[in-house]
Amino acid sequence: MSQDVVSANDLSLTFQTDDGPVHALSGVDLSVGKGEFVSFIGPSGCGKTTFLRVIADLEKPTGGEIRVNGVDPETARKARAYGYVFQAASLYPWRTIERNVGLPLEIMGYSADETRQRIARTLELVNLTGFEKKYPWQLSGGMQQRASIARALAFDADLLLMDEPFGALDEIVRDHLNEQLLKLWDKTNKTICFVTHSIPEAVYLSTKIVVMSPRPGRVTDIIESTLPKQRPLEIRESDEFLKIAHRVREGLRAGHSYDE
Amino acid sequence: MDTKGKTIPVLTVISVVVVIWYACVVWMNAPFEYDKAERAGTEIGFSQLVSNTMNQERPVLPAAHQIADEMYKTIVLKKITSKRSLVYHGWITLSATLLGFAIGTVLGILLAVGIVHNQAMDKSVMPWVIASQTIPILAIAPMIIVVLNAIGLSGLLPKALISTYLSFFPVVVGMVKGLRSPDRAQLDLMHTYSASTAQTFWKLRWPSSMPYLFTSLKIAIAISLVGAIVGELPTGAVAGLGARLLAGSYYGQTIQIWSALFTAAILAAALVMIVGFAHSYVLKRMGQKPEGATT
Repeated sequence: MSQDVVSANDLSLTFQTDDGPVHALSGVDLSVGKGEFVSFIGPSGCGKTTFLRVIADLEKPTGGEIRVNGVDPETARKARAYGYVFQAASLYPWRTIERNVGLPLEIMGYSADETRQRIARTLELVNLTGFEKKYPWQLSGGMQQRASIARALAFDADLLLMDEPFGALDEIVRDHLNEQLLKLWDKTNKTICFVTHSIPEAVYLSTKIVVMSPRPGRVTDIIESTLPKQRPLEIRESDEFLKIAHRVREGLRAGHSYDE
Repeated sequence: MDTKGKTIPVLTVISVVVVIWYACVVWMNAPFEYDKAERAGTEIGFSQLVSNTMNQERPVLPAAHQIADEMYKTIVLKKITSKRSLVYHGWITLSATLLGFAIGTVLGILLAVGIVHNQAMDKSVMPWVIASQTIPILAIAPMIIVVLNAIGLSGLLPKALISTYLSFFPVVVGMVKGLRSPDRAQLDLMHTYSASTAQTFWKLRWPSSMPYLFTSLKIAIAISLVGAIVGELPTGAVAGLGARLLAGSYYGQTIQIWSALFTAAILAAALVMIVGFAHSYVLKRMGQKPEGATT
């Protein structure tokens, strides 16, 4: 068995709040193989973002075990195992686009030459060549999010963690960025963990869809996609696509009690 | 900066102020003229009264033109080495202001950095910082001067330290807020890079705090000037705008008091403006979105 990039075993995380404990994650068993594109989908409070943050060592689990690249998340983070793309682009407004993309390289101590090359390469990858000297406010929301993806790709992390990166964008821009993201995944061979609210987005992008439900946050279904790796946008009208989307929807419905 | 459409409102306000001022001049200085006329056993006409009240040597309230005249004489005509030159006195006060402002800014920033990075300091220092400002500066100024004199420090530094005492406060408060202004995602981002505390400070916290810093500095420079003037009042200083104010009040030289006051006000306005220019320059260099610009 090839080594999993992420493997969780009976993982749980409970936040202690003033209103009593909140079970953000409970009994999560999951593995993400190398080169997979895994989507996490579920309603608010199902723990999908929390799970991503546990992988990133931004939250500590309170029970169970998790391995990232075969080591614990903190070691993995210190080895710079992943790039993280936040819901908001979170570009630093006082830095130009190229200096934003260069930020992790500066921190990790890359040489000036190497930094320049990597900035050029990653900006080309997200189609932002020519915008190096612009400040974030001069770019549209979609372009800002692409710049933040470039920033996560600038150093050699094989794992890309994306937390609803296109959630705030309109559907036209989102479709376009989804298509670009698939191409980018194909070109770079990264492993991607992708949190989303959108069923079509999850089905279109993923090789594996993890359906989650809240109170306590848990995995209710894991769906291996049968769609081919090459996916034109039109694939979303195929029967295969609709079948998978249906199963996701069923999983979401089963895990959610609406009488609350 | 948009100056269009501001001229007329500003001029209107100024002319209203001048009209009220002169009315008050006549009203407040009139009793003296009536007394004088009574002693001389003569009657005084209204037009004579008005012109007299505006040209008294020691008026209760000097007229604007008297102050302007005095300021012209003591700023432009006097040699700046003269003990009667307001430029000379202004410079004495200004140098204490600037030194105190510089020390206060550095001290304020250092305290804020400590408070943001160290929990013990956060809990222990802030109450003292706030308590320090509840003590009237007039009470503590003589003590600072006396204590420093006892250890052999006199002249510029004790006065500057009184400025520091006032000016470090807005800097601490502003910078604590500024250094804590990065949002969760911006800080998490640094964490995902395993950035050191120093890297997070220089690449995130420091640049984020700039707007807060300059807002604080504008307040700090103005109260530094107040501090320097107050530092001159109770200590028997012989030079500086504060000394001029004090000497003026000893000898009933109201015109002298008012010209020192106006000089201090003009100085304060100029200092705040300079900080304001530095503010816009730095933010422009940091790629701030220009006002009214759209993406």
